[in-house]
Amino acid sequence: MRGGEAIIESLKNMGVKTIFGYPGGQTIPFYDMLYDAEMDHILVRHEQCAAHAADGYARASGRVGVCVATSGPGATNLVTGIATAYMDSSPIIAITGQVPTHLIGNDAFQEADIIGITMPIVKHSYQPKDPDLIPSMIKSSFEIAASGRPGPILIDVPKEVQEGELTKFDDSLIETPGYNPTTKGNIRQIKKARDLIKQAKRPIILAGAGVIISNACCELKKLAYTINAPVMTSLLGKGAIDETDDLALGMLGMHGRKVSNDSVNEADLLIAIGVRFSDRTTGRLDSFVPDTKVIHIDIDPAEIGKNVPVDLPIVGDARNVLASLNKTLEGYNASDDVNKWTDMIKQRKQDLLPRVTYDDVPLKPQSVIKEIAEVLTPESILTTDVGQNQMWAAHFYDTQRPRKFISSGGLGTMGFGFPSAIGAKVACPDDPVVSINGDGGFLMVCQELATVREYDIPVIAIVLENRTLGMVYQWQSLLYNNRHSQTLIGNSPDFVKLAESFGVNAVRITKPGETKEALGKAIKDNEPILLNVVIDSEEALPMLPPGAGINEMIGEYKLEKDVI
Amino acid sequence: MDLEYHVISTLVEDKPGVLQKVAGLFNRRGFNIDSITVGNSEIDGLSRMVISVHADKTGLEQVTKQLNKLVDVIKIKDITKTAVKRELCLIKVNIPNEKARAEIMQYTNIFRAKILDVTEETLVIELTGDKKKINAFISLVENYGIKRIARTGLTAMARGV
Repeated sequence: MRGGEAIIESLKNMGVKTIFGYPGGQTIPFYDMLYDAEMDHILVRHEQCAAHAADGYARASGRVGVCVATSGPGATNLVTGIATAYMDSSPIIAITGQVPTHLIGNDAFQEADIIGITMPIVKHSYQPKDPDLIPSMIKSSFEIAASGRPGPILIDVPKEVQEGELTKFDDSLIETPGYNPTTKGNIRQIKKARDLIKQAKRPIILAGAGVIISNACCELKKLAYTINAPVMTSLLGKGAIDETDDLALGMLGMHGRKVSNDSVNEADLLIAIGVRFSDRTTGRLDSFVPDTKVIHIDIDPAEIGKNVPVDLPIVGDARNVLASLNKTLEGYNASDDVNKWTDMIKQRKQDLLPRVTYDDVPLKPQSVIKEIAEVLTPESILTTDVGQNQMWAAHFYDTQRPRKFISSGGLGTMGFGFPSAIGAKVACPDDPVVSINGDGGFLMVCQELATVREYDIPVIAIVLENRTLGMVYQWQSLLYNNRHSQTLIGNSPDFVKLAESFGVNAVRITKPGETKEALGKAIKDNEPILLNVVIDSEEALPMLPPGAGINEMIGEYKLEKDVI
Repeated sequence: MDLEYHVISTLVEDKPGVLQKVAGLFNRRGFNIDSITVGNSEIDGLSRMVISVHADKTGLEQVTKQLNKLVDVIKIKDITKTAVKRELCLIKVNIPNEKARAEIMQYTNIFRAKILDVTEETLVIELTGDKKKINAFISLVENYGIKRIARTGLTAMARGV
């Protein structure tokens, strides 16, 4: 067995059936061995999209996603995708080709020190200098990528190592004495948490991606119901609780639901689970929960106390900790004070439901999201790009299940929406997968229309067309005296013709009702399609201006109940 | 922000790139490392790094936690308060005249330093001690003209068991 075959064999042993990649000079041996292997390979049209697809695959399925690129430019093209996965704790494995060992350091053709370049954005990396090391390194990579706080792993394989014969296939895990993630919460801390919960009169829960990653959604729901506390989520926590549930308030943060932003500081106890208190979630730190006790549960000790001072830290896996916490709360009934608070919040939620009903032409983005929501079933997966489209989707779309809302939160990577949808669809072929994009971000990755066509991946790409780089345009309008520097992108291309040139069907949508109809048909047809929705160029409001406190949103918050 | 002087001892895997990762982490979090020394430890395959840095409390806590997350980092300890600290310094000093030679050799004796190399015009002196001692010696011989200084940076070890 040769090195490249060992890579494939090891991936198979880890249950991998599909990888995303793009060949090049230093991966020819690997691709040659892939030629005969029982391993599906999706040829993307840009390496960045291989990383995003692997990421989407991982987020949709909870399994590790794998992408492959050649050395030098292939590897550097993965960097944005790796950084995206790193920021959002997504387990992917990036395999890169490298120039032969004897040429490393010689500025050889297509050589880049990808191990060095990616050092700050990977959880760990390996460079096998001997084919015998490959099975262990791949197995260890999967173990490290998926355990603890998940993250990307890079494996950089010099060309001659791909070609070299193994003397033995030994895939025992590499010893990592420095890597012992704490998964079980300290029981004394958990009991203290129980006591804080029992003393609280106005508890509120903030659930983040950690809840989804650790499959703790049932435990979260149980906790929320036991203590009768409303639940907000971060952007990436969407789906941790069914957002149509009475207790679910929706997203907190810069573009959060008003009910969440208004209520969080009124709580006397914040139970934060699997969140990292990003600046986009908290607003100005000194006016975020100034008088609220904070319990912070997270598997990464470095997140605790990093941004928000914590009264009670619990390091551990969200599912483990919540299960133990729920156990200590057996027989607990929420007090009258708590019930009064939560009833008040539930009423507030109803009163503050954001307006989504419009019949304007050009279409209001809110109404487009509403129509999308009317068609999608709870198991449908929605991926978003970054910018206004993302915030509209996050704000107005109720996600009902975990792993069904996929978005680049931390890094905020434009061009993530469409390729991550490809990965999600490959991971979950039975679930409808829809990606919401802006016209700016979609153009960064539109070449992947070829991928969905060639492999018949029935992803539905919605392109909200307002001919602006909307989020930056909006900041320029609000904060830079309407000086719209480089944010008007003109009239090119015609997205319908663009899609058609790739052999992908496309529909141009301009009127109310058409999105719903076209999306319904697209799901039924189960074909790749682009829905080009022309929208009004407007702002994603309200929002927190930079430096504002969490309850200082600007812009009118239009309410659904005011619709006549 | 009150910056305090800290000495951190870390046990790491003896692998390529580990020094880069550790130093990079400090750099990314905005710390300027005063010195970093690396060498074999008492355990095969593991190295000990001693890092001295000026940092505020929360910043240091964060960087320590981030260091702990590196797969190659096994143990981290802030030994500022309990450590014996030593640094080795090599100094090449000019000898302007015979009187100077005698004086420098006297200082060398007082500081328990060693003379490693002698020529007509220069002396190479080896000195170990904490930062203060080395700085004191340097300022004493400065007047004669220092040609070169090479310092190892601080290494340290906690006292007691």
